[in-house]
Amino acid sequence: MSAPLFTARPEARPAAVEVLVEGRPVAVPEGASAAAAVLLAGTPAIRETPVTGSPRLPYCMMGICFDCLARIDGVANRQACMVTVAPGMRIEPQRGARAARPGDRPGAAA
Amino acid sequence: MSHTHDAIVVGGGLVGTAIAYGLQKRGLSTVLLDEGDVAHRASRGNFGLVWVQSKGLGAPHYQRWTRGSADAWPALARELGERTGLDLGLHQPGGLHVCLSGEEFEARGAYMARLRREAGNLGLEYRMLDHDETAEMLPGIGRAVVGASWTPYDGHASPLYLLRSLHAAFAGAGGTYRPNAGVSEGTAAPRDFRVEAGGEAHRAPRVVLAAGLGNAALAPRFGLEAPVRPQRGQILVTERARQLLPMPTTTIRQTDEGSVMIGDSKEEAGYDSATQTPEIMRTMARRAVLTFPWIAELNIVRAWSALRVMAPDGLPIYDESDRFPGAFTANCHSGVTLAGAHADIFAPMVAAGGLPPEMAPFSARRFHDVRPPVHSAA
Repeated sequence: MSAPLFTARPEARPAAVEVLVEGRPVAVPEGASAAAAVLLAGTPAIRETPVTGSPRLPYCMMGICFDCLARIDGVANRQACMVTVAPGMRIEPQRGARAARPGDRPGAAA
Repeated sequence: MSHTHDAIVVGGGLVGTAIAYGLQKRGLSTVLLDEGDVAHRASRGNFGLVWVQSKGLGAPHYQRWTRGSADAWPALARELGERTGLDLGLHQPGGLHVCLSGEEFEARGAYMARLRREAGNLGLEYRMLDHDETAEMLPGIGRAVVGASWTPYDGHASPLYLLRSLHAAFAGAGGTYRPNAGVSEGTAAPRDFRVEAGGEAHRAPRVVLAAGLGNAALAPRFGLEAPVRPQRGQILVTERARQLLPMPTTTIRQTDEGSVMIGDSKEEAGYDSATQTPEIMRTMARRAVLTFPWIAELNIVRAWSALRVMAPDGLPIYDESDRFPGAFTANCHSGVTLAGAHADIFAPMVAAGGLPPEMAPFSARRFHDVRPPVHSAA
């Protein structure tokens, strides 16, 4: 495996928060975004686009491009760059379009 | 000096481009004049239904026109696909108009029955479905759904791919497109028109005004009238989700890419298309969630408003000038539904040189026929 594209600057802030990216623990500084954790994890893709299945990683890091969509703590399609890490956060890839679940909610037809 | 063509079409939206494409592919050299992004661009705010079942109550000619266009759509989509390589996302699996109360359901039943009576020999296949029958067609509906009307004619398509493919096919067939070409001058004589736009002059024996709301000011220069006004509609768009809707409803559809679109509003708001109003967005979202409770899980990622082009009676206007034969108008608020009719029914009429008698009910002359109110003797 080649060297990761991104590394943290330990002199800036200590990597004090441990999160799980695709189940693997990654240490990131407090206040960092889930997208930063994804980049530090060195994972090849955090989402596959709904239309063509093309792989993507976080890009703009400021809430514009939607390329960092991930499943975070079980919630689909979250913009990882807009979510601040918390200890134990689970960040999973978003593969294709999210599912919505007919019949799963109160008020739905039986 | 002026450029000479067989036809000038004013308006580069869905209506003008469909007509221009229909003329050009029939061998008429056509110039398409597009004002630019200062125009209201109704085509870019379109919801994307190819819709039959709510059109033409009290106006059998419009019901027939809409059905004809829905019938012409598959061939148009196929042809545009072959010419441009673009998939328009056309699906015509039938559609539902969902009712959320007993009154809505009863009123809808009466509406559909009258529409069928007015269809005459054309016929109109429809069914009123109760809650369980609706749930069979559309899994995941909410308990609030009392029932729905269904017809097999309805469908949907991508309005943006339609607009893009019409432009590409028009250019591919040899048509001349002029962007940033708002009309500054127009002079008319029978079958001889001169239009100045974007610093150029164009001359042709036919001119078609398809400039949406812009037609109101343009039409009088060519011996025509187009009393159209803006009616605002708002749209909400969700994040992409896996396909859940096997068919569209009057107000909710799912695109090929997975976005759920919600469009359920009509407002008189003048020319303001830059505003979305929270109450209306809330009402639209509430009705959508009552219809499909699972929609509440999805995030809204976009919202916009756009201006429908409405005649006083809500019906399209197609007209030919008496004073200046060869000058036509085309105005409607269904640029997607009627694209098939515009490219392959209306354009051939323009190419042939005049509108046949069955188009007479669409003339703006109908607004002259206003009788004074009748006072009863008692």
